[in-house]
Amino acid sequence: MKILVAIKRVLDYSVKVRVKTDHSDVDLANAKMSMNPFCEIAVEEAVRLKEAGVASEIIVVSIGSKAVQETIRSAMAMGADRGIWIDSGEAALSPLTIAQLLAKVVQAEQPSVVLLGKQAIDSDDNQTGQMLAALCDYPQATFASKVTIADSKATVVREVDGGLQTLQLALPLVVTTDLRLNEPRYVKLPDIMKAKKKPLDTQTPESLGVSLNNSVKMIKVEPPSERKAGIMVPDVDALINSLKNQAKVL
Amino acid sequence: MIRDQEILNILLDTIERFVRERLIPLEQEVAESDQIPESIVTEMKALGLFGLSIPEEYGGMGLSMEEEVLATMVIGHTSPAFRSLFATNNGIGSQGIVMDGTSEQKAHYLPQLASGDLIGSFALTEPDSGSDAASLRTQAVRDGNHYILNGTKRYITNAPEAGIFTVMARTDADKKGADGISAFIVERGTAGLTVGSIDKKMGQKGAHTADVIFDNCRVPVSQLIGGREGIGFKTAMKVLDKGRINIAALCVGVSERMLDDALHYALERKQFGKPIADFQLIQAMLADSKAELYAARSMVIDAARRRDAGQDVGTEAACAKLFASEACGRIADRAVQIFGGAGYLAEYGIERFYRDVRLFRIFEGTSQIQQLVIARNMIRAAS
Repeated sequence: MKILVAIKRVLDYSVKVRVKTDHSDVDLANAKMSMNPFCEIAVEEAVRLKEAGVASEIIVVSIGSKAVQETIRSAMAMGADRGIWIDSGEAALSPLTIAQLLAKVVQAEQPSVVLLGKQAIDSDDNQTGQMLAALCDYPQATFASKVTIADSKATVVREVDGGLQTLQLALPLVVTTDLRLNEPRYVKLPDIMKAKKKPLDTQTPESLGVSLNNSVKMIKVEPPSERKAGIMVPDVDALINSLKNQAKVL
Repeated sequence: MIRDQEILNILLDTIERFVRERLIPLEQEVAESDQIPESIVTEMKALGLFGLSIPEEYGGMGLSMEEEVLATMVIGHTSPAFRSLFATNNGIGSQGIVMDGTSEQKAHYLPQLASGDLIGSFALTEPDSGSDAASLRTQAVRDGNHYILNGTKRYITNAPEAGIFTVMARTDADKKGADGISAFIVERGTAGLTVGSIDKKMGQKGAHTADVIFDNCRVPVSQLIGGREGIGFKTAMKVLDKGRINIAALCVGVSERMLDDALHYALERKQFGKPIADFQLIQAMLADSKAELYAARSMVIDAARRRDAGQDVGTEAACAKLFASEACGRIADRAVQIFGGAGYLAEYGIERFYRDVRLFRIFEGTSQIQQLVIARNMIRAAS
């Protein structure tokens, strides 16, 4: 059984985000970049399915400039077998375009399971997995917190507003991962060396027959407003009083 | 060896993340208990930290000197005690075998050192022989298929944890200096070898040193490194050249951490109505530290690259160790100064680093010995 994992290179979660002075975008100059944490959970889940003997091959795919090769190699160090880099240069891509590119890879590779992070921590769109499932006409299970695959069926526990929902789905399917699905491993340093030798295939939007029509335009980026200084109150009565009369929230 | 920027970035990112998420939160606990928790030692072994510099054919990573110093700098972003546990396996505790060991010695010991199953320790210093290492007095007398070792070694890093010791001992009593010294691999548990109690130190709690005492300790002839007498001191000096570049890299890493902590404190701490980072006298301390740190970092990387290119780096290694360790001491002092009263309190951690880094100007050759090495090499080259 083949698993395809789509991953995204984003600003590292530990970096303080800065907005460009012209508000056109987030400033990525010299910023530390790494794999989107939800994508990391997706890779980890694929590796665990392979270690459990459920999956036989893990393919990772990522879209972007040459730098995403490093993110693909990180996934290989975690245990992915081979990679596909879709060289889209520096173009800004909308979730739909990304889903269209990934759909072409799904078509060519015919995986039984496609794993994605539920969203990327840069734009937090939470759309690509759903769009990909629709384009491929695959069943989808988003926000997965437990994935079990047996007898050509997937049982997925999803985190929903009211609690947990359990779905049973036929393969092939699309799963997007939530935070509590697993805790990704620390890569073993010798495995990083092995990642160097794993095959990495290059594709382009042209070779996949997808035109980059960007349906989304970013107009302006602004930093969140600065938090105002708080006040100390002596006791609960004073707290209730100021919530009622100053903050007017009670 | 990596020789590939992408893979090197992933390696450094992985170590950096482990340091940030697993080691930094434990700093205070390790300092208080003088013990690195067993569970974190297991994680360090699983990650591969014990085999960074051991050749790939023996299960290590075989990092080049340049790659190794970059890794050491990242590891330096936390308490040096963590590094100390695996540093001997990557450095003085294994390199004698890597550089001059017989093929049997390499095949037997290096895989166990690379995995961390065995901790290697380096026993050169003695009660009456420190900087003047060639005057060491531990004796190794041949007796049939064995050598009989007698003597005491002092301040031996990881002695309480070590499974093997690289021991420098005098095999030829008639040769007073370096030529009479040989290197042996002595296994823990060998009759006649005892490890003293753990030394009480100024800092670097969690990293242990102790005396190692040899009392008629019989060591098989096969344990003589390289199978030849009289090359031990040269082995030790080669090991120390590499070690000095690594210590300089560690100084850079810890300096980066201290300066980063001081900068963030200066941005948050307000006096006279504004962050103290706005004051020029604070800025001067930050800027001097940054400039010295940049110089030290550049020296370390240059020395490492020269060594990778096969050059003799005796002078460069001593220059880098001298400058980086002295700069580290100045940066630690300024960092405490920027923290002010908080810098003197244990809970802010900066006073712990201040004590930890004091050792850097002393071990693997004091600053004064580095000065002598540098000047002697200059004079020799000119005359």
